Amino acid sequence: MKQPVNKKQRKELTVQQKINRRSFISFAALIGLYAAGYEAWRWLYKSPEETADITGGVQKPLRRALNQNELAFRKTFSNDHLVKTYPKSMAAQNVRVNSKIGIDDDDFNPESWMLIINKNDGGQLKLSLKDIKALPKTEIVYDFKCVEGWDQIQYWGGVSFRDFIAHYQLEDETKLNYVGFATPDEGYYVGIDMPSAMHPQTILAYEVNNRSLPMEHGYPLRLIIPVKYGIKNLKRIGTMSFNNERPPDYWAEQGYDYYSGL
Amino acid sequence: MKAIKEKHPLVIRWAHWINFPVLTIMIWSGMLIYWADDEYSIKLFGHTFFHFFPDGFYNFFGIPSRLAEGMAFHFLFMWFFTLNGFFYVLYTIVSGAWRELLPNRHSFKEAWLVLLHDLHIRRTIPPQNKYNAAQRIAYSFIILMGIGSVATGLAIYKPVQFYWLTWLCGGYHFARILHFALTIGYVLFFIIHLIQVMLAGWDNFRSVVAGFEVKKVEPSPVMIDLPDSEISPLPDGPETEMKSI
Repeated sequence: MKQPVNKKQRKELTVQQKINRRSFISFAALIGLYAAGYEAWRWLYKSPEETADITGGVQKPLRRALNQNELAFRKTFSNDHLVKTYPKSMAAQNVRVNSKIGIDDDDFNPESWMLIINKNDGGQLKLSLKDIKALPKTEIVYDFKCVEGWDQIQYWGGVSFRDFIAHYQLEDETKLNYVGFATPDEGYYVGIDMPSAMHPQTILAYEVNNRSLPMEHGYPLRLIIPVKYGIKNLKRIGTMSFNNERPPDYWAEQGYDYYSGL
Repeated sequence: MKAIKEKHPLVIRWAHWINFPVLTIMIWSGMLIYWADDEYSIKLFGHTFFHFFPDGFYNFFGIPSRLAEGMAFHFLFMWFFTLNGFFYVLYTIVSGAWRELLPNRHSFKEAWLVLLHDLHIRRTIPPQNKYNAAQRIAYSFIILMGIGSVATGLAIYKPVQFYWLTWLCGGYHFARILHFALTIGYVLFFIIHLIQVMLAGWDNFRSVVAGFEVKKVEPSPVMIDLPDSEISPLPDGPETEMKSI
Protein backbone atom coordinates (compact mmCIF):
# COMPACT_ATOMS: atom_id res chain seq x y z
CA MET A 1 0.00 0.00 0.00
CA LYS A 2 1.66 3.13 -1.17
CA GLN A 3 -1.01 5.54 -0.13
CA PRO A 4 0.21 8.19 2.26
CA VAL A 5 -0.84 7.46 5.81
CA ASN A 6 -2.76 10.12 7.58
CA LYS A 7 -1.06 10.25 10.93
CA LYS A 8 -4.09 11.59 12.78
CA GLN A 9 -6.10 8.48 12.03
CA ARG A 10 -5.37 5.04 13.45
CA LYS A 11 -3.27 3.10 11.11
CA GLU A 12 -5.54 1.04 8.90
CA LEU A 13 -4.91 -2.66 8.74
CA THR A 14 -3.53 -3.95 5.52
CA VAL A 15 -5.57 -6.51 3.66
CA GLN A 16 -3.10 -9.19 4.68
CA GLN A 17 -3.44 -8.20 8.34
CA LYS A 18 -7.22 -8.35 8.06
CA ILE A 19 -7.00 -11.78 6.48
CA ASN A 20 -4.72 -13.02 9.23
CA ARG A 21 -6.76 -11.54 12.03
CA ARG A 22 -10.11 -12.84 10.79
CA SER A 23 -8.66 -16.25 10.02
CA PHE A 24 -7.13 -16.48 13.47
CA ILE A 25 -10.36 -15.52 15.25
CA SER A 26 -12.47 -17.88 13.17
CA PHE A 27 -10.20 -20.88 13.50
CA ALA A 28 -9.78 -20.24 17.22
CA ALA A 29 -13.57 -20.08 17.56
CA LEU A 30 -14.00 -23.33 15.64
CA ILE A 31 -11.35 -25.09 17.68
CA GLY A 32 -12.98 -23.68 20.83
CA LEU A 33 -16.38 -24.93 19.69
CA TYR A 34 -15.01 -28.39 19.01
CA ALA A 35 -13.07 -28.49 22.28
CA ALA A 36 -16.23 -27.56 24.17
CA GLY A 37 -18.22 -30.08 22.15
CA TYR A 38 -15.68 -32.78 22.88
CA GLU A 39 -15.76 -32.00 26.60
CA ALA A 40 -19.59 -32.05 26.56
CA TRP A 41 -19.49 -35.40 24.77
CA ARG A 42 -17.03 -36.85 27.27
CA TRP A 43 -19.15 -35.56 30.13
CA LEU A 44 -22.21 -37.25 28.66
CA TYR A 45 -20.50 -40.49 27.69
CA LYS A 46 -18.73 -40.84 31.03
CA SER A 47 -21.68 -39.71 33.13
CA PRO A 48 -22.40 -42.14 35.95
CA GLU A 49 -25.05 -44.71 35.25
CA GLU A 50 -28.40 -44.13 36.92
CA THR A 51 -28.94 -45.93 40.20
CA ALA A 52 -30.46 -49.29 39.35
CA ASP A 53 -34.14 -49.08 40.26
CA ILE A 54 -37.27 -49.17 38.11
CA THR A 55 -35.07 -48.05 35.27
CA GLY A 56 -31.36 -48.68 34.98
CA GLY A 57 -28.44 -49.40 32.74
CA VAL A 58 -27.92 -46.08 31.03
CA GLN A 59 -26.16 -42.79 31.79
CA LYS A 60 -28.25 -40.46 33.95
CA PRO A 61 -28.57 -37.62 31.40
CA LEU A 62 -29.62 -40.09 28.72
CA ARG A 63 -32.34 -41.48 30.98
CA ARG A 64 -33.55 -37.94 31.57
CA ALA A 65 -33.69 -37.43 27.82
CA LEU A 66 -35.66 -40.67 27.34
CA ASN A 67 -38.14 -39.58 30.00
CA GLN A 68 -38.45 -36.11 28.48
CA ASN A 69 -39.07 -37.69 25.09
CA GLU A 70 -41.85 -39.71 26.69
CA LEU A 71 -43.49 -36.55 27.99
CA ALA A 72 -43.17 -34.86 24.61
CA PHE A 73 -44.52 -37.76 22.58
CA ARG A 74 -47.28 -38.66 25.04
CA LYS A 75 -48.90 -35.44 23.82
CA THR A 76 -49.26 -37.03 20.40
CA PHE A 77 -50.91 -40.15 21.82
CA SER A 78 -54.58 -40.61 21.03
CA ASN A 79 -57.06 -43.44 21.18
CA ASP A 80 -58.09 -42.34 17.71
CA HIS A 81 -54.65 -43.22 16.38
CA LEU A 82 -55.17 -46.84 15.52
CA VAL A 83 -52.58 -49.36 14.47
CA LYS A 84 -52.96 -50.27 10.83
CA THR A 85 -54.71 -53.61 10.43
CA TYR A 86 -54.37 -56.17 7.64
CA PRO A 87 -56.46 -58.96 6.14
CA LYS A 88 -56.03 -62.33 7.89
CA SER A 89 -54.53 -63.78 4.73
CA MET A 90 -51.47 -61.58 5.22
CA ALA A 91 -50.73 -62.87 8.71
CA ALA A 92 -47.52 -64.87 9.19
CA GLN A 93 -47.98 -68.61 9.69
CA ASN A 94 -44.72 -68.98 11.58
CA VAL A 95 -45.10 -66.38 14.27
CA ARG A 96 -41.65 -65.36 15.39
CA VAL A 97 -40.51 -66.39 18.87
CA ASN A 98 -37.82 -64.04 20.05
CA SER A 99 -37.50 -64.76 23.75
CA LYS A 100 -38.55 -67.23 26.41
CA ILE A 101 -37.63 -65.11 29.40
CA GLY A 102 -40.29 -65.65 32.06
CA ILE A 103 -41.84 -68.68 30.33
CA ASP A 104 -38.96 -71.13 30.58
CA ASP A 105 -40.10 -72.40 33.96
CA ASP A 106 -40.35 -76.22 33.78
CA ASP A 107 -42.55 -76.36 36.88
CA PHE A 108 -45.30 -74.35 35.27
CA ASN A 109 -48.59 -76.21 35.48
CA PRO A 110 -51.10 -75.00 32.85
CA GLU A 111 -53.91 -76.81 34.64
CA SER A 112 -53.65 -74.76 37.80
CA TRP A 113 -53.01 -71.42 36.08
CA MET A 114 -55.18 -68.52 37.21
CA LEU A 115 -54.94 -64.87 36.29
CA ILE A 116 -54.47 -62.96 39.53
CA ILE A 117 -55.61 -59.35 39.66
CA ASN A 118 -54.45 -57.31 42.61
CA LYS A 119 -57.18 -54.79 43.31
CA ASN A 120 -56.94 -51.39 44.93
CA ASP A 121 -58.74 -52.50 48.08
CA GLY A 122 -56.11 -55.17 48.67
CA GLY A 123 -58.40 -57.91 47.45
CA GLN A 124 -57.57 -60.30 44.64
CA LEU A 125 -59.53 -61.47 41.67
CA LYS A 126 -58.63 -64.94 40.38
CA LEU A 127 -59.81 -65.88 36.93
CA SER A 128 -59.51 -69.04 34.90
CA LEU A 129 -58.97 -69.15 31.15
CA LYS A 130 -62.57 -70.26 30.83
CA ASP A 131 -63.77 -67.10 32.61
CA ILE A 132 -61.77 -64.96 30.25
CA LYS A 133 -62.88 -66.82 27.14
CA ALA A 134 -66.49 -66.21 28.18
CA LEU A 135 -66.03 -62.51 27.39
CA PRO A 136 -66.58 -61.16 23.86
CA LYS A 137 -63.66 -61.97 21.60
CA THR A 138 -61.63 -59.32 19.81
CA GLU A 139 -59.24 -60.11 16.98
CA ILE A 140 -56.50 -58.08 15.39
CA VAL A 141 -54.15 -58.58 12.46
CA TYR A 142 -51.40 -55.99 12.66
CA ASP A 143 -47.71 -55.43 12.20
CA PHE A 144 -45.99 -56.52 15.42
CA LYS A 145 -42.85 -54.42 15.92
CA CYS A 146 -39.79 -55.51 17.83
CA VAL A 147 -37.44 -52.98 19.38
CA GLU A 148 -34.64 -54.78 17.53
CA GLY A 149 -36.05 -53.55 14.26
CA TRP A 150 -37.93 -56.49 12.75
CA ASP A 151 -41.67 -56.52 12.28
CA GLN A 152 -44.17 -59.19 11.33
CA ILE A 153 -47.86 -59.19 10.48
CA GLN A 154 -49.53 -61.36 13.11
CA TYR A 155 -53.07 -62.44 13.89
CA TRP A 156 -54.08 -62.46 17.54
CA GLY A 157 -57.36 -63.08 19.31
CA GLY A 158 -58.52 -62.55 22.87
CA VAL A 159 -60.44 -60.13 25.00
CA SER A 160 -59.97 -56.43 24.58
CA PHE A 161 -58.40 -54.94 27.72
CA ARG A 162 -61.13 -52.29 27.84
CA ASP A 163 -63.90 -54.91 27.73
CA PHE A 164 -62.09 -56.87 30.40
CA ILE A 165 -61.84 -53.82 32.69
CA ALA A 166 -65.49 -52.94 32.15
CA HIS A 167 -66.69 -56.48 32.74
CA TYR A 168 -64.85 -56.91 36.01
CA GLN A 169 -65.58 -53.34 37.09
CA LEU A 170 -61.98 -52.32 37.46
CA GLU A 171 -62.60 -48.69 36.45
CA ASP A 172 -61.28 -47.38 39.76
CA GLU A 173 -58.05 -49.27 39.21
CA THR A 174 -57.62 -47.72 35.77
CA LYS A 175 -57.68 -44.27 37.33
CA LEU A 176 -54.15 -45.02 38.51
CA ASN A 177 -51.26 -44.17 36.22
CA TYR A 178 -49.89 -47.60 35.46
CA VAL A 179 -50.76 -51.24 35.13
CA GLY A 180 -48.10 -53.85 35.79
CA PHE A 181 -47.97 -57.39 34.43
CA ALA A 182 -45.74 -60.24 35.56
CA THR A 183 -45.25 -63.84 34.52
CA PRO A 184 -46.21 -66.55 37.07
CA ASP A 185 -42.51 -67.16 37.84
CA GLU A 186 -41.92 -63.36 37.97
CA GLY A 187 -39.05 -63.82 35.57
CA TYR A 188 -40.49 -61.20 33.20
CA TYR A 189 -42.49 -58.12 34.06
CA VAL A 190 -43.65 -54.96 32.34
CA GLY A 191 -45.20 -51.65 33.30
CA ILE A 192 -47.66 -49.95 30.97
CA ASP A 193 -48.94 -46.39 31.25
CA MET A 194 -52.71 -46.46 31.60
CA PRO A 195 -53.57 -44.54 28.39
CA SER A 196 -51.65 -47.11 26.34
CA ALA A 197 -53.22 -50.03 28.20
CA MET A 198 -56.68 -48.56 27.64
CA HIS A 199 -56.03 -48.04 23.93
CA PRO A 200 -58.87 -49.75 22.03
CA GLN A 201 -56.49 -52.23 20.37
CA THR A 202 -54.91 -53.63 23.54
CA ILE A 203 -55.79 -57.29 23.95
CA LEU A 204 -55.39 -60.03 26.53
CA ALA A 205 -54.73 -62.67 23.91
CA TYR A 206 -55.39 -66.41 24.19
CA GLU A 207 -55.23 -67.21 20.47
CA VAL A 208 -52.80 -66.78 17.62
CA ASN A 209 -53.83 -67.61 14.07
CA ASN A 210 -57.21 -68.67 15.43
CA ARG A 211 -55.66 -71.41 17.58
CA SER A 212 -54.90 -71.61 21.27
CA LEU A 213 -51.57 -69.98 22.19
CA PRO A 214 -48.62 -72.36 21.97
CA MET A 215 -46.40 -72.50 25.08
CA GLU A 216 -43.65 -70.43 23.44
CA HIS A 217 -46.12 -67.64 22.75
CA GLY A 218 -47.18 -67.49 26.37
CA TYR A 219 -49.96 -70.02 26.92
CA PRO A 220 -52.56 -69.51 28.30
CA LEU A 221 -52.83 -65.69 28.17
CA ARG A 222 -50.52 -62.96 26.99
CA LEU A 223 -50.54 -59.24 26.44
CA ILE A 224 -50.84 -57.87 22.91
CA ILE A 225 -50.42 -54.12 22.94
CA PRO A 226 -49.90 -52.76 19.41
CA VAL A 227 -49.01 -49.25 20.62
CA LYS A 228 -45.85 -50.66 22.23
CA TYR A 229 -42.74 -52.47 21.07
CA GLY A 230 -42.70 -56.24 21.47
CA ILE A 231 -40.75 -56.00 24.74
CA LYS A 232 -43.92 -54.77 26.44
CA ASN A 233 -46.07 -57.61 25.03
CA LEU A 234 -45.59 -59.89 28.01
CA LYS A 235 -46.16 -63.61 27.53
CA ARG A 236 -48.07 -65.74 30.04
CA ILE A 237 -49.64 -63.21 32.36
CA GLY A 238 -49.55 -64.36 35.98
CA THR A 239 -50.49 -61.21 37.85
CA MET A 240 -51.92 -57.87 36.96
CA SER A 241 -51.65 -54.92 39.38
CA PHE A 242 -52.34 -51.21 39.31
CA ASN A 243 -50.16 -48.42 40.58
CA ASN A 244 -49.59 -44.69 40.45
CA GLU A 245 -45.83 -45.23 40.24
CA ARG A 246 -44.04 -47.07 37.48
CA PRO A 247 -44.19 -50.83 38.08
CA PRO A 248 -40.95 -52.80 37.56
CA ASP A 249 -40.08 -53.37 33.91
CA TYR A 250 -37.63 -55.99 32.72
CA TRP A 251 -36.05 -54.08 29.84
CA ALA A 252 -36.28 -50.61 31.38
CA GLU A 253 -33.90 -51.95 34.02
CA GLN A 254 -31.46 -52.71 31.23
CA GLY A 255 -31.19 -49.34 29.57
CA TYR A 256 -34.33 -49.34 27.43
CA ASP A 257 -36.91 -46.59 27.37
CA TYR A 258 -39.63 -47.22 29.94
CA TYR A 259 -42.36 -45.89 27.67
CA SER A 260 -41.31 -47.73 24.47
CA GLY A 261 -44.45 -46.45 22.77
CA LEU A 262 -45.09 -46.46 19.07
CA MET B 1 -2.92 -7.30 -4.73
CA LYS B 2 -5.28 -9.20 -2.49
CA ALA B 3 -8.85 -8.36 -1.57
CA ILE B 4 -11.27 -9.89 0.89
CA LYS B 5 -14.49 -11.15 -0.61
CA GLU B 6 -17.24 -12.16 1.80
CA LYS B 7 -18.58 -15.63 1.11
CA HIS B 8 -20.32 -17.68 3.83
CA PRO B 9 -22.42 -16.01 6.56
CA LEU B 10 -21.72 -16.97 10.17
CA VAL B 11 -24.98 -18.89 10.68
CA ILE B 12 -24.34 -21.12 7.69
CA ARG B 13 -20.77 -21.82 8.79
CA TRP B 14 -21.82 -22.75 12.33
CA ALA B 15 -24.74 -24.86 11.21
CA HIS B 16 -22.29 -26.71 8.97
CA TRP B 17 -19.74 -27.34 11.71
CA ILE B 18 -22.33 -28.27 14.31
CA ASN B 19 -23.96 -30.68 11.89
CA PHE B 20 -20.75 -32.60 11.29
CA PRO B 21 -20.25 -34.07 14.80
CA VAL B 22 -23.99 -34.36 15.44
CA LEU B 23 -24.53 -36.34 12.24
CA THR B 24 -21.52 -38.47 13.12
CA ILE B 25 -23.11 -39.34 16.48
CA MET B 26 -26.45 -40.02 14.76
CA ILE B 27 -24.80 -42.43 12.32
CA TRP B 28 -22.80 -44.13 15.07
CA SER B 29 -25.82 -44.55 17.37
CA GLY B 30 -27.89 -45.58 14.35
CA MET B 31 -25.39 -48.37 13.74
CA LEU B 32 -25.83 -49.52 17.34
CA ILE B 33 -29.55 -49.78 16.62
CA TYR B 34 -29.31 -51.31 13.16
CA TRP B 35 -26.98 -54.03 14.38
CA ALA B 36 -29.84 -55.66 16.35
CA ASP B 37 -31.60 -56.57 13.11
CA ASP B 38 -29.09 -56.19 10.30
CA GLU B 39 -31.18 -57.64 7.53
CA TYR B 40 -30.21 -55.42 4.60
CA SER B 41 -28.04 -56.49 1.74
CA ILE B 42 -27.63 -55.77 -1.92
CA LYS B 43 -29.04 -58.68 -3.88
CA LEU B 44 -29.35 -59.11 -7.59
CA PHE B 45 -30.84 -62.21 -9.21
CA GLY B 46 -30.63 -64.09 -5.93
CA HIS B 47 -26.95 -63.39 -5.45
CA THR B 48 -25.91 -61.38 -2.40
CA PHE B 49 -23.27 -58.86 -3.38
CA PHE B 50 -22.90 -57.09 -0.08
CA HIS B 51 -24.39 -57.59 3.35
CA PHE B 52 -24.79 -54.59 5.64
CA PHE B 53 -22.58 -55.24 7.45
CA PRO B 54 -19.83 -57.87 7.50
CA ASP B 55 -18.67 -59.04 10.94
CA GLY B 56 -15.32 -57.35 10.52
CA PHE B 57 -17.07 -54.00 10.20
CA TYR B 58 -18.90 -54.42 13.51
CA ASN B 59 -15.80 -55.65 15.27
CA PHE B 60 -13.76 -52.75 13.95
CA PHE B 61 -16.22 -50.18 15.25
CA GLY B 62 -17.00 -52.14 18.43
CA ILE B 63 -20.73 -52.17 17.72
CA PRO B 64 -22.41 -55.43 18.85
CA SER B 65 -24.83 -55.73 21.78
CA ARG B 66 -25.47 -52.07 22.39
CA LEU B 67 -29.02 -51.52 21.12
CA ALA B 68 -30.24 -49.80 24.29
CA GLU B 69 -27.25 -47.46 24.34
CA GLY B 70 -27.72 -46.67 20.67
CA MET B 71 -31.39 -45.79 21.14
CA ALA B 72 -30.65 -43.59 24.16
CA PHE B 73 -28.07 -41.56 22.21
CA HIS B 74 -30.06 -41.53 18.97
CA PHE B 75 -33.20 -40.19 20.63
CA LEU B 76 -31.31 -37.39 22.35
CA PHE B 77 -29.19 -36.23 19.42
CA MET B 78 -32.14 -36.41 17.02
CA TRP B 79 -33.25 -33.13 18.58
CA PHE B 80 -29.91 -31.41 17.89
CA PHE B 81 -29.82 -32.74 14.34
CA THR B 82 -33.38 -31.59 13.65
CA LEU B 83 -33.07 -28.18 15.34
CA ASN B 84 -29.76 -27.40 13.66
CA GLY B 85 -31.22 -28.29 10.28
CA PHE B 86 -34.35 -26.30 11.03
CA PHE B 87 -32.39 -23.14 11.92
CA TYR B 88 -30.18 -23.55 8.87
CA VAL B 89 -33.16 -23.73 6.54
CA LEU B 90 -34.90 -20.90 8.37
CA TYR B 91 -31.80 -18.73 8.01
CA THR B 92 -31.42 -19.41 4.30
CA ILE B 93 -35.06 -18.40 3.80
CA VAL B 94 -34.97 -15.25 5.93
CA SER B 95 -31.58 -14.03 4.71
CA GLY B 96 -32.31 -14.76 1.07
CA ALA B 97 -29.32 -17.10 0.92
CA TRP B 98 -31.64 -19.64 -0.70
CA ARG B 99 -31.26 -17.69 -3.95
CA GLU B 100 -27.64 -18.81 -4.14
CA LEU B 101 -28.42 -22.33 -2.97
CA LEU B 102 -31.49 -23.57 -4.82
CA PRO B 103 -30.97 -24.87 -8.32
CA ASN B 104 -32.43 -22.64 -11.00
CA ARG B 105 -33.56 -23.43 -14.51
CA HIS B 106 -29.98 -23.49 -15.83
CA SER B 107 -28.55 -25.58 -13.03
CA PHE B 108 -29.25 -29.05 -14.30
CA LYS B 109 -27.63 -28.40 -17.67
CA GLU B 110 -24.75 -26.51 -16.11
CA ALA B 111 -24.15 -29.15 -13.45
CA TRP B 112 -23.36 -31.57 -16.24
CA LEU B 113 -20.75 -29.18 -17.62
CA VAL B 114 -19.31 -28.73 -14.11
CA LEU B 115 -19.08 -32.49 -13.71
CA LEU B 116 -17.28 -32.84 -17.05
CA HIS B 117 -14.93 -30.07 -16.01
CA ASP B 118 -14.24 -31.66 -12.61
CA LEU B 119 -13.48 -34.95 -14.31
CA HIS B 120 -11.02 -33.13 -16.62
CA ILE B 121 -13.05 -33.94 -19.71
CA ARG B 122 -14.02 -30.37 -20.45
CA ARG B 123 -11.66 -27.45 -20.19
CA THR B 124 -14.03 -24.58 -19.58
CA ILE B 125 -16.54 -24.16 -16.83
CA PRO B 126 -19.74 -22.10 -16.91
CA PRO B 127 -19.52 -18.75 -15.11
CA GLN B 128 -19.76 -19.36 -11.38
CA ASN B 129 -21.57 -17.58 -8.61
CA LYS B 130 -21.01 -18.46 -4.96
CA TYR B 131 -22.10 -22.00 -5.65
CA ASN B 132 -21.77 -23.66 -9.01
CA ALA B 133 -24.68 -25.55 -10.49
CA ALA B 134 -23.47 -28.92 -9.22
CA GLN B 135 -23.09 -27.50 -5.73
CA ARG B 136 -26.55 -25.96 -5.85
CA ILE B 137 -28.02 -29.35 -6.66
CA ALA B 138 -25.89 -31.21 -4.12
CA TYR B 139 -26.45 -28.76 -1.27
CA SER B 140 -30.18 -28.60 -1.89
CA PHE B 141 -30.46 -32.35 -2.23
CA ILE B 142 -28.61 -32.94 1.03
CA ILE B 143 -31.20 -30.75 2.79
CA LEU B 144 -33.96 -32.85 1.25
CA MET B 145 -32.13 -35.91 2.52
CA GLY B 146 -31.98 -34.38 6.00
CA ILE B 147 -35.71 -33.71 5.93
CA GLY B 148 -36.16 -37.26 4.67
CA SER B 149 -34.13 -38.64 7.57
CA VAL B 150 -36.21 -36.75 10.11
CA ALA B 151 -39.47 -37.79 8.42
CA THR B 152 -38.59 -41.47 8.00
CA GLY B 153 -37.06 -41.45 11.47
CA LEU B 154 -40.26 -40.16 13.02
CA ALA B 155 -42.23 -42.60 10.89
CA ILE B 156 -40.42 -45.58 12.42
CA TYR B 157 -40.09 -44.01 15.89
CA LYS B 158 -43.83 -43.42 16.36
CA PRO B 159 -45.54 -45.35 13.55
CA VAL B 160 -48.90 -45.39 15.32
CA GLN B 161 -49.17 -41.77 16.46
CA PHE B 162 -47.73 -40.52 13.13
CA TYR B 163 -49.45 -43.17 11.03
CA TRP B 164 -50.02 -40.68 8.21
CA LEU B 165 -46.31 -39.98 8.02
CA THR B 166 -45.52 -43.70 8.05
CA TRP B 167 -48.01 -44.08 5.23
CA LEU B 168 -46.38 -41.21 3.31
CA CYS B 169 -43.00 -42.91 3.73
CA GLY B 170 -44.36 -46.07 2.16
CA GLY B 171 -45.10 -47.98 5.36
CA TYR B 172 -43.05 -48.98 8.39
CA HIS B 173 -40.87 -51.45 6.60
CA PHE B 174 -40.05 -49.20 3.67
CA ALA B 175 -39.51 -46.18 5.92
CA ARG B 176 -36.83 -48.11 7.80
CA ILE B 177 -35.12 -49.01 4.52
CA LEU B 178 -35.24 -45.36 3.41
CA HIS B 179 -33.87 -44.22 6.75
CA PHE B 180 -30.98 -46.64 6.35
CA ALA B 181 -30.37 -45.76 2.70
CA LEU B 182 -30.25 -42.05 3.50
CA THR B 183 -27.53 -42.75 6.03
CA ILE B 184 -25.49 -44.58 3.40
CA GLY B 185 -26.14 -41.52 1.24
CA TYR B 186 -24.59 -39.22 3.85
CA VAL B 187 -21.47 -41.34 4.00
CA LEU B 188 -21.09 -41.25 0.21
CA PHE B 189 -21.80 -37.51 0.19
CA PHE B 190 -19.18 -37.02 2.87
CA ILE B 191 -16.52 -38.90 0.91
CA ILE B 192 -17.14 -36.90 -2.28
CA HIS B 193 -17.44 -33.68 -0.28
CA LEU B 194 -14.09 -34.32 1.38
CA ILE B 195 -12.38 -35.02 -1.93
CA GLN B 196 -13.86 -31.87 -3.48
CA VAL B 197 -12.80 -29.76 -0.51
CA MET B 198 -9.26 -31.09 -0.72
CA LEU B 199 -9.12 -30.40 -4.46
CA ALA B 200 -10.59 -26.93 -4.05
CA GLY B 201 -7.77 -25.94 -1.75
CA TRP B 202 -7.08 -23.82 1.27
CA ASP B 203 -8.86 -20.61 0.28
CA ASN B 204 -12.14 -22.48 -0.17
CA PHE B 205 -11.72 -24.36 3.11
CA ARG B 206 -10.94 -21.19 5.01
CA SER B 207 -14.09 -19.57 3.62
CA VAL B 208 -16.22 -22.18 5.41
CA VAL B 209 -14.44 -21.40 8.67
CA ALA B 210 -13.73 -17.65 8.41
CA GLY B 211 -16.41 -16.67 5.94
CA PHE B 212 -14.32 -14.92 3.30
CA GLU B 213 -12.27 -15.68 0.24
CA VAL B 214 -9.14 -13.89 -0.83
CA LYS B 215 -9.24 -12.68 -4.40
CA LYS B 216 -6.30 -11.54 -6.40
CA VAL B 217 -7.18 -8.25 -8.04
CA GLU B 218 -5.35 -6.52 -10.84
CA PRO B 219 -3.76 -3.38 -9.54
CA SER B 220 -5.58 -0.33 -10.81
CA PRO B 221 -3.80 1.56 -13.60
CA VAL B 222 -1.64 4.26 -12.18
CA MET B 223 -3.23 7.64 -12.68
CA ILE B 224 -0.81 10.12 -11.31
CA ASP B 225 -2.89 13.17 -12.07
CA LEU B 226 -5.80 12.19 -9.93
CA PRO B 227 -6.04 12.58 -6.18
CA ASP B 228 -6.08 9.32 -4.17
CA SER B 229 -9.72 9.58 -3.29
CA GLU B 230 -10.75 9.06 -6.87
CA ILE B 231 -8.95 5.82 -7.35
CA SER B 232 -11.58 3.19 -7.62
CA PRO B 233 -11.56 0.96 -4.56
CA LEU B 234 -13.62 -1.63 -6.38
CA PRO B 235 -11.83 -4.79 -7.31
CA ASP B 236 -11.78 -5.04 -11.07
CA GLY B 237 -11.24 -8.06 -13.11
CA PRO B 238 -13.25 -10.92 -14.40
CA GLU B 239 -15.06 -11.72 -11.12
CA THR B 240 -17.07 -8.55 -11.22
CA GLU B 241 -18.74 -9.44 -14.46
CA MET B 242 -19.58 -12.91 -13.38
CA LYS B 243 -21.16 -11.71 -10.21
CA SER B 244 -24.06 -10.19 -12.05
CA ILE B 245 -27.12 -12.32 -11.51
